[in-house]
Amino acid sequence: MNKKSKVVRYNKWGYIFLIPFVVAYLVFQMVPLVSTVYNSFFENYRAGLMQIGPNYIGFENFKTIITNGDLPTYLQNTLIMWILGFIPQILLSLLLGAWFTDPSLRLKCQTFFKTVIYLPNLIMASAFAMLFFTLFADSGPVNSILMQIGVLSHAYKFMSHVWSVRSLVATMNCLMWFGNTTILLMAGMMGIDPSLYEAAQVDGATSTQIFYKITLPLLKPILIYVMITSLIGGLQMFDVPQVLTNGTGDPMRSSMTLIMYLNKHLFSKNYGLGGALSVFMFIITGILSLIVFKFTGKEDKDGR
Amino acid sequence: MAANTNDIAGQTSKGASVHARRLLSYLVLIIVTFLCLFWFYVLFINATRSHSELSAGFTPIPSTHFIDNWISLKNGTQPVFTGMLNSLFIAVATAALATYFSTMTAYAIHAYEFKAKKAMFTFILMVMMIPTQVTALGFLQLIGKIGLDNNAAALIVPAIASPAVFFYMKQYMDSTLPLSLIEAARIDGSGEFRTFNQIVVPLMKPAIAVQAIFSFVTSWNNYFTPALVLHDDAKKTLPILIAQLRSADFLKFDMGQVYMMIAFSIFPVILVYLIVSRQIVGGVTLGGVKG
Amino acid sequence: MKKRLVSLLTVAAMTATMFAACGNTDTASTDASAGDGAKAGETATAEGGAVELPEDTGKTLNIQVWNEEFKSRVTDHYPGYEEVDATHGKIGDVDVVWTITPNENNAYQNHLDEQLTNQESASADDKVDIFLVEADYALKYVDTPYAMKLSDLGITDADLADQYTYTQDIVKDSEGNIKGSSWQACSAGLIYNREAAKEIIGSDDPADVQAAVADWDKYNETAEKAAEAGYTMCSVNDTYRVYSNNVSSKWVGDDGKVVIDKNIDKWIDDSKKLVDSKAEDTDDLWSDDWAKGKTSKGKVFCYFGPAWFFNFCLDAEKDGTIAHDGGWGFCEGPQSYFWGGTWMCAAAGTDNPNLVKELILTMTTDKAVLKEIATADSDCVNSKSVLADLAGSDEGNIALLGGQNPYEELAKGADKIVLDKLSAYDQGCNEELQKAMKNYFEGNATKDEALDMFKKAIKEKYPNVTTD
Repeated sequence: MNKKSKVVRYNKWGYIFLIPFVVAYLVFQMVPLVSTVYNSFFENYRAGLMQIGPNYIGFENFKTIITNGDLPTYLQNTLIMWILGFIPQILLSLLLGAWFTDPSLRLKCQTFFKTVIYLPNLIMASAFAMLFFTLFADSGPVNSILMQIGVLSHAYKFMSHVWSVRSLVATMNCLMWFGNTTILLMAGMMGIDPSLYEAAQVDGATSTQIFYKITLPLLKPILIYVMITSLIGGLQMFDVPQVLTNGTGDPMRSSMTLIMYLNKHLFSKNYGLGGALSVFMFIITGILSLIVFKFTGKEDKDGR
Repeated sequence: MAANTNDIAGQTSKGASVHARRLLSYLVLIIVTFLCLFWFYVLFINATRSHSELSAGFTPIPSTHFIDNWISLKNGTQPVFTGMLNSLFIAVATAALATYFSTMTAYAIHAYEFKAKKAMFTFILMVMMIPTQVTALGFLQLIGKIGLDNNAAALIVPAIASPAVFFYMKQYMDSTLPLSLIEAARIDGSGEFRTFNQIVVPLMKPAIAVQAIFSFVTSWNNYFTPALVLHDDAKKTLPILIAQLRSADFLKFDMGQVYMMIAFSIFPVILVYLIVSRQIVGGVTLGGVKG
Repeated sequence: MKKRLVSLLTVAAMTATMFAACGNTDTASTDASAGDGAKAGETATAEGGAVELPEDTGKTLNIQVWNEEFKSRVTDHYPGYEEVDATHGKIGDVDVVWTITPNENNAYQNHLDEQLTNQESASADDKVDIFLVEADYALKYVDTPYAMKLSDLGITDADLADQYTYTQDIVKDSEGNIKGSSWQACSAGLIYNREAAKEIIGSDDPADVQAAVADWDKYNETAEKAAEAGYTMCSVNDTYRVYSNNVSSKWVGDDGKVVIDKNIDKWIDDSKKLVDSKAEDTDDLWSDDWAKGKTSKGKVFCYFGPAWFFNFCLDAEKDGTIAHDGGWGFCEGPQSYFWGGTWMCAAAGTDNPNLVKELILTMTTDKAVLKEIATADSDCVNSKSVLADLAGSDEGNIALLGGQNPYEELAKGADKIVLDKLSAYDQGCNEELQKAMKNYFEGNATKDEALDMFKKAIKEKYPNVTTD
């Protein structure tokens, strides 16, 4: 694409078209961000109906968060549950995407399947969590089926074991989001020049080889997009574990995520500690996203 | 589940015949379809059951209280119809603003050369990394100060700056929007704004459809921010009303009604989705027609 | 003032046929109103001055609630209330606006906090007139200037004499002023499965069952027997309230430090033992698993609950439940306690003080109205004389209890409740302790770890409270 043509005099339009985004951003995200950071240096909360502060206390809030040692635990919980859900999610999406776009398979009812896979995303996370809660209750259908077929002798308390709760959260996330990911990946796969496939087939490549040697590398930009957005979404995980564990993150807060923790401070309108926590979370998200960028995008093209 | 998919991938790598692979893919697709549709079935079943039946645990057979539940929901204190209109209005407006302005922003970065371009691109990507909840506290203070508390605008207008949508649009333009087309429009004497509206936006339709449904659904199901912003019953969205219904007192607590309400609130999204899904599923293909 | 009085009287006259017995309220209010009515015309601004109430200027009566209970009580029993729609009504020419905010995620209190702290700047139609509170957090509101003293409304101790004192303890501020009033006295007891009682104790007679659960030692013994017979007693969360109502120290003392009372500690130890021997389980109240005891298949010995529990939690209308067959029994249980209840508070700054006073008096002290509530809604009302009436008559017999009359026990229980150890932090402390201890009961943590978790949660909820 030839960028160096006579577009120069039009270039002021670049700025003009950016105005809405920048203005909306500055007002609705930058100002809150700055005030969140500002608040983090104050003692500022409600005790009953009484407002305490704001009193300037320097880095006291940050110190509190670092010294009580909760943050790494909740970060770890969040990441574990994200990875537990994301790996099957991306594999399933790649598989389905590959099948849908594989001309040699000639799958029937494609439109139906493509439509169906996105449907779980339409259910509210909280409603979804409620359904899981009913199904996996001690006297729920999952337990009674497992007991009937003799897998279990007595009801398994799904909500009382660390890994069963985490797995349920991960399963729900995976189910809710794999359709979304598949749609995005398919978009990327369809964008690959069909002549590449034809050439490869002529050369006698198997469909597995084609997938690993052609599809995957060319899919990289969209994969990065999926990874980054999913990571960010994962770090923001909130309503599924919140509803599933009734806000406790039990057992022993092993499924408490960062945002659930932040949410605890909203109870007392604790702008100070909540603000400091937010600053930490911004830093964490930034670092993790950068790592993903670095690992995946080394030979990626420039910002264009 | 992870191990499962790995096995499947492993099997295919052994170069099974097309026939076997097709069978396998149908099998997986059927399981996946079941896993996707099962929840809607459970929701429907639960919406037909009375509260005491529900408290007796799950059964896969529908009961007879569908109409009762509907009537008690309709006549209850929850303004369900207003709630639906509110949800609809906010979700449509959010989706429209997010897609239109993200396309515009992506277009600015894609089609023009200017000094701040690269910096701007990096900046927006960084913005994308800030979790929305991080700024929730500051956001609440802000809307309180500028008088948008308890106002749907506080949920809609910020959608103009949706970095994730922008990012997608940018990626899509890179692969489908040749600058020569814009050149041609300029030669024909089309103004920049008109070029954008009449040439770029129609070309971006598939991407816009995908992101529109994503934004619509996200906004439709959003509870966190609306619950903090909206206070009047007349302004509340469906997820808030569902939460209210769930926290009703023992006198009025009725899970049958809750499930009816959930079913009721999912129904329009399914409808919207099915209408646009042709666009999405077809649109995805369209994206590939680039040479 | 005169006009107000006239309209009240017309209202009373209109409904007099239905509420022949309302004379009590009407005379009381007429006396009070007439007494200050003479002066009020001139000194309409004297807010808070003894019993001189300013004239009602508000066109709107705003009532803040978290559910529909009180609304349906007013609709059904307040003379002159006309329902307009689900959240609006009319009393005379005043519009009544109900704002319902759910309890979930603390939404009700958050909303009420905002409303009350903005009360001064709110426009006349938006000012809160009445708000409702529950026992667990009543002090948070009562011990502030946002709630009016009942004496400032002209409500005297004599007006409240028939109420149970514990219901007044809950809404006393730190200076001893009563700032709210309730129509309910939700003293509670142990609701047992008669079938199971015969099997485990050998009798389903309330007196015999009471003897088997008379104190915690006996209760625990019975629980072990129940476990041997294949029953669970109930959930640890059922017994929690009984223990926590009988504490000897406040959750948070004047020094701002959280104290775990010895009765709470006893709950932890007793419960752990019973959970380990499978005599109790850890189901959350209202969950599917907890509800299993409603049928005999569930093999649950008892629930702990007050009068409202009978009708609303036992599903008597459904075939196959124990309640349907009248298979429950009622006794006092190991310690007296209460569960639930809703208190009316008058918001300072109300522009309808007379109407507010009227509502409080009618709904919480008028014997005829309370009697009606007790019989029509099976509520355990806050009136010693009404409860005594019920205890002595067949009106108090309840079918799902196999015809047993529980009111004598309920009244006895209500008399015994002493609540002088309340703090504004009770709600958070009770909730968080139960949540944290679940980890200990289920073997996911030691007692100390669970207690640390509790302290952590308390500090998050109440940053001004210390735990060590």
